[in-house]
Amino acid sequence: MSAAAPVVELKQITKRFPGIVANDSISLTLEKGEIHALLGENGAGKSTLMNIVFGLYQPDEGSIEIGGKPVIIDSPNKAIELGIGMVHQHFKLVDPFTVTENIILGMEPKKGLKIDYKSAAEQVRKLSELYGLQVNPHARIHDISVGMQQRVEIMKTLYRGADILIFDEPTAVLTPQEINELMAIMKRLVAEGKSIILITHKLKEIMSISDRVTIIRRGKVIDTVKTSETNPNELAEKMVGRDVTFKVDKLDPHVGNTVLKLDGVNSKNKEGISVLNNLSFEVKSGEILGIAGVDGNGQSELIQAITGLRKIDSGSIIVEGKEIANLSPRKISEMNVSHIPEDRHKHGLVLDFTVSENMVLETYYKSPYNRNGFMNNEVIDKHAEELVQAFDVRTPSIHNTARSLSGGNQQKAIIAREIDKEPTLLIAAQPTRGLDVGAIEFVQKQLIAQRDQGKAVLLVSFELDEIMNVSDRIAVIYEGQIVGEVYPKDTNDQELGLMMAGGLKRGGKAGE
Amino acid sequence: MNKFKKIFATDSYIVPLVAILLGFLVGAIVMLIGGYDPIAAYGALFKRVFGSPYDFGEAIREMTPLMLTGLSVAFAFRSGLFNIGADGQVLIGMTAASLIGIKWAGLPLFLLVPLAVIGAGLCGGLWAGIAGYLKAKRGINEVITTIMLNWIALFLANYIVRTFLLIPGQNRSEDIPASISMTFLNSFFDNARLHWGTFIALAAAVFFYIYLWKTKQGFEMRAVGLNPHAAEYAGMNVGRNVMKSMFIAGVFAGLAGAGEVLGVFHYQAVFAGSPGYGFDGIAVALLGLTHPFGVILAAILYGMLTYGSAGMSFNADVPPELIRIVIGSIIFFIAAQGIVRWVLKPFYFKRKKEKVL
Ligand SMILES: Nc1ncnc2c1ncn2[C@@H]1O[C@H](COP(=O)(O)OP(=O)(O)OP(=O)(O)O)[C@@H](O)[C@H]1O
Ligand SMILES: [Mg+2]
Repeated sequence: MSAAAPVVELKQITKRFPGIVANDSISLTLEKGEIHALLGENGAGKSTLMNIVFGLYQPDEGSIEIGGKPVIIDSPNKAIELGIGMVHQHFKLVDPFTVTENIILGMEPKKGLKIDYKSAAEQVRKLSELYGLQVNPHARIHDISVGMQQRVEIMKTLYRGADILIFDEPTAVLTPQEINELMAIMKRLVAEGKSIILITHKLKEIMSISDRVTIIRRGKVIDTVKTSETNPNELAEKMVGRDVTFKVDKLDPHVGNTVLKLDGVNSKNKEGISVLNNLSFEVKSGEILGIAGVDGNGQSELIQAITGLRKIDSGSIIVEGKEIANLSPRKISEMNVSHIPEDRHKHGLVLDFTVSENMVLETYYKSPYNRNGFMNNEVIDKHAEELVQAFDVRTPSIHNTARSLSGGNQQKAIIAREIDKEPTLLIAAQPTRGLDVGAIEFVQKQLIAQRDQGKAVLLVSFELDEIMNVSDRIAVIYEGQIVGEVYPKDTNDQELGLMMAGGLKRGGKAGE
Repeated sequence: MNKFKKIFATDSYIVPLVAILLGFLVGAIVMLIGGYDPIAAYGALFKRVFGSPYDFGEAIREMTPLMLTGLSVAFAFRSGLFNIGADGQVLIGMTAASLIGIKWAGLPLFLLVPLAVIGAGLCGGLWAGIAGYLKAKRGINEVITTIMLNWIALFLANYIVRTFLLIPGQNRSEDIPASISMTFLNSFFDNARLHWGTFIALAAAVFFYIYLWKTKQGFEMRAVGLNPHAAEYAGMNVGRNVMKSMFIAGVFAGLAGAGEVLGVFHYQAVFAGSPGYGFDGIAVALLGLTHPFGVILAAILYGMLTYGSAGMSFNADVPPELIRIVIGSIIFFIAAQGIVRWVLKPFYFKRKKEKVL
């Protein structure tokens, strides 16, 4: 009988936070060797449930069985003891340490009083080989890519003997290439007898890799289905409770005057390496320009240059006829430039501020929010209330801290704030990262609505689908340079992929 | 630093209350082990503080600089800075007050007194501002610069007193004619050295609260303290806020210095070593969870304990240093909230409203 017992069984788990039931009597089983996907809208309670399994939260009601035995998981240490490992969306690594040092941290193999690095590195290398992880045990964390860092997180759990692995939105931060590699790694893991719970918003991934899917809506299990017996449309419908089209409907653009013009922009990083290399392009009012490119080719630096967060060495950046290169972020913001930053925790929000305070993070000093130097809280709260309503930000109250919101709702709060500023130029960096399909549809519609109102939109995204569906024109960035401009209808994924890899240059100006 | 910040900036008050009880308990256990009677000791401590009007007044005198240095550390903390330099800022404040009070003694008192107080605050602020400037413009960690500035302040203060204010043959300045003593209370408090600085401290706490949580500038400062990156992205000038915050923190500490020379001693001594106001201020700020009103309460407790400890040794024969163990344990229990929460667990379960750390 114990042979047939599922590796994890959650029974009627309920978890309440002030003002909200995050998990409402959730039951779920994970079989040995299975990849079980968790699907649900932003704020549905997926992370909360997994944090309970990993011992970070205690359930208010319900019980957990591991391998048929009832257990109480009151700390992550307990979870690790039970063979549970979790790869968090935000990595918990020590940057200046090497891969090996990070992996053994807290469980160092000893030789006398000293740490036995040699055998540790050897162990790390073996693990890496067994699962096809290909990490250099001696590299330092700050020198390796995000995808590699994630593998270090995976190895941390394996090193601690995890048989049950929880992945919370592992692909949100990865490039398409890295995603494929991760999928292969996961398959290797289950082939070796591990069991996996995978949280993701990407239906493609669920269809391609999972064995079963559990759909959660507003804290309740809607259904558990076999992946082979379902399809993306059905999943999306179960998840949001309505039809999702996946297609972005938009009218032809009415392109107007040039709003943003970059001309020969050069910038070097601290090491003196050129990160923006004679970069030029334009965005006109009423159009969405998509910047396609592999992560790390100058996208972040480009946005920093336009928003005043990075000094440029030469070239010009003109917004509505005015030179803005090297002006302060505040001055540029006041020229009606809005910015949805890539890293919402680090740059987009003050997590310990309330939702209400975050909504005026850039405009707090203006009337009516500021009245003779004092914060006008009544107006600020009313404003936040309106935005939360209009953009469907799910929070029990505007006085909750931004930290307590689910990842997707944090993103919606930022988007609400930036669009509310009525910008002439809207810069959106990875605006749909970590959002559920319903929310993605919503955000993309908002971007298109902005463009239809005659605003200029600059969209930076690693998602080719998003670039292809939303942009009116695409510029490909490679090593800090625009290597080509194309119209979505004149190109395809292959060609874009080739350009993004630096293998093809096309067109000075698209279609002209 | 971030974790540190989280621990000492929670706004729950149950934890500190329990931590205080546990601190007293630890002190009692240590006394028992050492063969002392804790009940007699604590009794003597409180009797010393509340036993006579004079002692009560003197206890208040003891609390006053603690309030201001505690506020100083707490204020900087709220914008993400660790001000170890309140000590030096107090010294600079003292020296400014003494200089003005003695050298401009020709002015009418109603001008001289406010000038000396304001001068002390300003100079304390500018002194702390040096650390703020170095942090903002050169990226030098304020912990290091404020510690260095403490030593510079000590020798600078002594140099000024020796060179310009000394009574020949003695190790102290001339008497300062400007005074903020509340002499009209002398008959009630038996000549305890009460002064207006206490009210300045209370006003500073109110200012702290209103400034940080009600004004535009406070909004900026809190944002910078909680997430400087997001603050920068939102267009705030992080460097300017760092300087401003250090300045205000320094003003608080400088005012503490004014209280000591204009209200208590009426002269300035040549210090052999660091007077220690600033370090007590760190403890008070942490004890008060870096909230202004918490700091005031913490300073009251801290002042009572230190002032009362003399009574402990006098009447119960317990070494006054023991009170340091009590204070240290209280701070330990506030930092190690896990222990306190564990003690509180049975109560929390009933309330079902657990807060997630
Ligand atoms: N520590 C907390 N305090 C208060 N409320 C919380 C806390 N953590 C989560 N919540 C709330 O619980 C609900 C579920 O959040 P959770 O993070 O589990 O969602 P999610 O399904 O992971 O969403 P996403 O896909 O956006 O990451 C949300 O409404 C959130 O605001
Ligand atoms: Mg989540």
